[in-house]
Amino acid sequence: MAVEAQTNVQMQAANKPVVNDFALMVATKNGSGSQTSNAVIIRSLFRMGIPVSGKNLFPSNIKGLPTWYTIRASKDGYVARKSVIEVAVTFNQDTAAEDIANLPPGGVVIIPSDWKWGKSRADVVYYEVPVKELVTQAQIPTDFRDRISNMVYVGAVAALFDIPMDIIRRALLDQFNNKEKPTQMNFGVAELAYQWMKANTVKSDPFRFEPMNATAGKILIEGNESAALGSLFGGLTVVAWYPITPSTSVVDGVLENLSLRRDPETGKSTVAIAQAEDELSAIGMIIGAGWAGARSMTATSGPGLSLMAEFAGLAYYAEIPCVIWDITRMGPSTGLPTRTSQGDILFTHFLSHGDTRHPILLPGSVKECFEFGWRAFEYSDQLQTPIFVLSDLDLGMNLWMSDPFDYPDQPINRGKLLNAEQLSAFISEKGDWGRYKDYDGDGVGYRTIPGTNHPRAAYFTRGTGHNEMAVYSERGDDWVKNMTRLRFKIDSARALLPQPVIDHDPAKKIGIISYGSNDPAIVEGRDQLAAAGVQTNYLRIRALPLAESVREFVLSHDRVYLIENNFDGQMAQILRMEIAEDTRHMVSLPCGDTLPMSAQWVFDQIMAVEKQATRE
Amino acid sequence: MPNELGLERQDYRGATSTLCPGCGHDSISNQIISAAYDLSLPMYRVIKLSGIGCSSKTPAYFLKGSHGFNAVHGRMPSVATGATLANNDLVAVAVSGDGDTGSIGFGQFKHLIRRNVPLVYIIENNGVYGLTKGQFSATSDEGQELKYYGRNELPAIDLCLEAIIGGATFVARSFSGDAKQVQTLIKAAISHRGTAVIDIISPCVTFNNDPKGNKSYDYGKKNEIALHEIDYMPKGYVPEREEITVGDYEEGSTVEVQMHDGSYIALKKLSHDHDPRNRASAIATLEKAQTEQLFLTGLIYYEEPRPVYGETLGIVNTPLAHLPEEKLRPSQDALATLMQSYM
Ligand SMILES: Cc1ncc(C[n+]2csc(CCOP(=O)(O)OP(=O)(O)O)c2C)c(N)n1
Ligand code: SF4
Ligand SMILES: [Mg+2]
Repeated sequence: MAVEAQTNVQMQAANKPVVNDFALMVATKNGSGSQTSNAVIIRSLFRMGIPVSGKNLFPSNIKGLPTWYTIRASKDGYVARKSVIEVAVTFNQDTAAEDIANLPPGGVVIIPSDWKWGKSRADVVYYEVPVKELVTQAQIPTDFRDRISNMVYVGAVAALFDIPMDIIRRALLDQFNNKEKPTQMNFGVAELAYQWMKANTVKSDPFRFEPMNATAGKILIEGNESAALGSLFGGLTVVAWYPITPSTSVVDGVLENLSLRRDPETGKSTVAIAQAEDELSAIGMIIGAGWAGARSMTATSGPGLSLMAEFAGLAYYAEIPCVIWDITRMGPSTGLPTRTSQGDILFTHFLSHGDTRHPILLPGSVKECFEFGWRAFEYSDQLQTPIFVLSDLDLGMNLWMSDPFDYPDQPINRGKLLNAEQLSAFISEKGDWGRYKDYDGDGVGYRTIPGTNHPRAAYFTRGTGHNEMAVYSERGDDWVKNMTRLRFKIDSARALLPQPVIDHDPAKKIGIISYGSNDPAIVEGRDQLAAAGVQTNYLRIRALPLAESVREFVLSHDRVYLIENNFDGQMAQILRMEIAEDTRHMVSLPCGDTLPMSAQWVFDQIMAVEKQATRE
Repeated sequence: MPNELGLERQDYRGATSTLCPGCGHDSISNQIISAAYDLSLPMYRVIKLSGIGCSSKTPAYFLKGSHGFNAVHGRMPSVATGATLANNDLVAVAVSGDGDTGSIGFGQFKHLIRRNVPLVYIIENNGVYGLTKGQFSATSDEGQELKYYGRNELPAIDLCLEAIIGGATFVARSFSGDAKQVQTLIKAAISHRGTAVIDIISPCVTFNNDPKGNKSYDYGKKNEIALHEIDYMPKGYVPEREEITVGDYEEGSTVEVQMHDGSYIALKKLSHDHDPRNRASAIATLEKAQTEQLFLTGLIYYEEPRPVYGETLGIVNTPLAHLPEEKLRPSQDALATLMQSYM
């Protein structure tokens, strides 16, 4: 608790300012239109050059239920969820009491003065704002009043913590695509609130924003949109989907950026976007498309993935390329549909009946969402198998700072795909062509696509037993041969797929393994641990099946923590399954508490074990 | 005799069938082979698709020069949708069963039709689950008896009616014992642009061929009533008669309809009061067939093609599967501009 305690001390010393290193929580009702206000605060801090991150904790509801948005400014560039939040904008009467109770001593409350409420705490600072009065004063048309009343807290936050109003205006213009009218209407209210605060409030808290230069050249984007862009730059041609939170915005991202892929002359698109009747159909469509030569993709979440199980096995066994994004939410069943999780790892890796093992990509940042977006097609074509990409709600639906994305560093490679001429040459060289025959010793056969004008191009695709010439077979030896090749193919993907990111100093004996959106919490947690005297190495897994270096990392430490955001420690189970050696020194630390991981949690969990270990 | 492509009929065959000798499905495969041979279809442009069932096995038994895909039970429509989006130049011929279409795949069947995915959708309808050994299907008639499963108490689903209501623009019914009609309808369906549904009563000799049952050979041979004599005239045919408009179609008269690819079909009206170009009349005919227990066959409904799914989605004319890299990957400048917009 060393770090948290320090924060409190800082806060109590009100005369010692806390600059660019605190978090803000906005509590509103779902559907009240607070998204715009929150995005404007984030964009403003970003424009001020302050490292910023935002997290939306929203209910599975369209209107009325409580929703929280946290905005964190961190001069050190930390972007994980912060477990202690110093400033609460309590604009939802239903949760105000609880929101205030959660504040640390020295915290700040911004609250409408229109409500009847009592000051429940003496150790926090209250700022009251006359929301109704200000909105009335701004003469906002009644239709817009509720939404725009959220601009009051934007103005109040700007006044209290020093965000220049011209920056708020620019952020509003960004938000409204440079449209003057809505910008002006919103800005008017924010400006009134700003002036009112300046005139009527005495600042008595230590928190402040100050311009920095830490965001120059950076972008602010959500993971799902990054995935969509990556796919569009990866040559996506058929996308089929069925709406499900939190994956919907992947396909929305494709739609919104379709101009990238329109034929300039005809205006027609080089991407077919099919809204399917369910996920059974969505995956069927992308399998049909992949088989016929498209680069095809779907995006879904747990419940949809469950429906895709049978088809996933068919595509694995019939060796059909396609890409499936799972933006993971808490399951099983509808679970907590608007909460983040990494609970689909085990299920996805083995999705379907029979012997299946799917390659999985695990992006840990928006930049990797983009990169894996296009690379997934490359892997899928090269391995001739479905590639699953497991992102999650936190990465997918929240805004993240990032370096701009890199243009693909290699041309599109369709793998072993033969056109008519190549097939002729192939047959004259090899003597024959069998769709499932391993000519190169890498477990990957050569395929043709329908429409190939060659008398020997056709073959029959089936999930049923087949020999290497793609002929129906119920023979045991054909089956074993085929499955042996498939296993070899998937095993060799270990070297092809993205390798882990490793920070390893042999002098340090404690290792951390994690993956995906936990990265920011691990990075920050390691700094806190180091400050408390616990030196760690770190390996971030980026794909399944596991790279060889994961095993080496596990075996070269005295203690290894596997940190992940699910309940049963699913990746730890995969590691124990794959590593033949003793892994009892690996401590599984699954979080799975419905929230994005915080550095505090990482720190507390590891410290608890380390203290125990040093005592022993 | 070789066809226009220099191919013999036998070149259009597939692997040897493994279905029960006498199975209705095999005669349908034979008519697909004959139709493709007669039409001089280039096999490389054809895809054969199916779900799961005895019927769905048959694509392996015809057109060996075409890519085939035996998908999962009831979900061939989605595979066909994806494949035809990926390559709009393909001629898709799909085979399904009454279980595959009428039960597990009912939703996909309806949505395929709604989207107007361009393909020939043949249902080999035997009123029973053949491959799982003789359970009732959703097209089994009410009151039908089966050896192990007793009496079916539920009403049958009429797949032609479902197709028309769903928006199909070509809907036919036939009988696998009526080789000429099956073949002609298949040719017409291939010439059509959009989803063309042909529900072919195709007896299962092993589990549902009791002469009392209305999916048996005996029943079909005795009771089939063709709504019209149907002829197919390939592209290049110059119509002899003027096209007759709705209402003028009297008994004994012939109507000629031009198909999308320039071929014609001629329908010589027989005894029944039915105009295939009129949706209400088509539905009424099916209702009547149901209440009066009539086995009516022929082209039940036909309308001018509406846009196929790829057109509705606004995709380019070049098959997506053939697009070169420069069409698939936006430029480096495009990415730079895009990145600016997120700063
Ligand atoms: C998901 C799934 N459930 C069940 C089956 C088992 N199954 C195979 S074929 C079939 C019925 C086929 O009936 P139909 O489509 O009428 O074809 P037929 O054999 O009569 O030609 C069933 C239930 C399966 N293959 N897949
Ligand atoms: S069981 Fe019936 S449907 Fe299946 S092959 Fe035999 S006769 Fe045909
Ligand atoms: Mg059947």
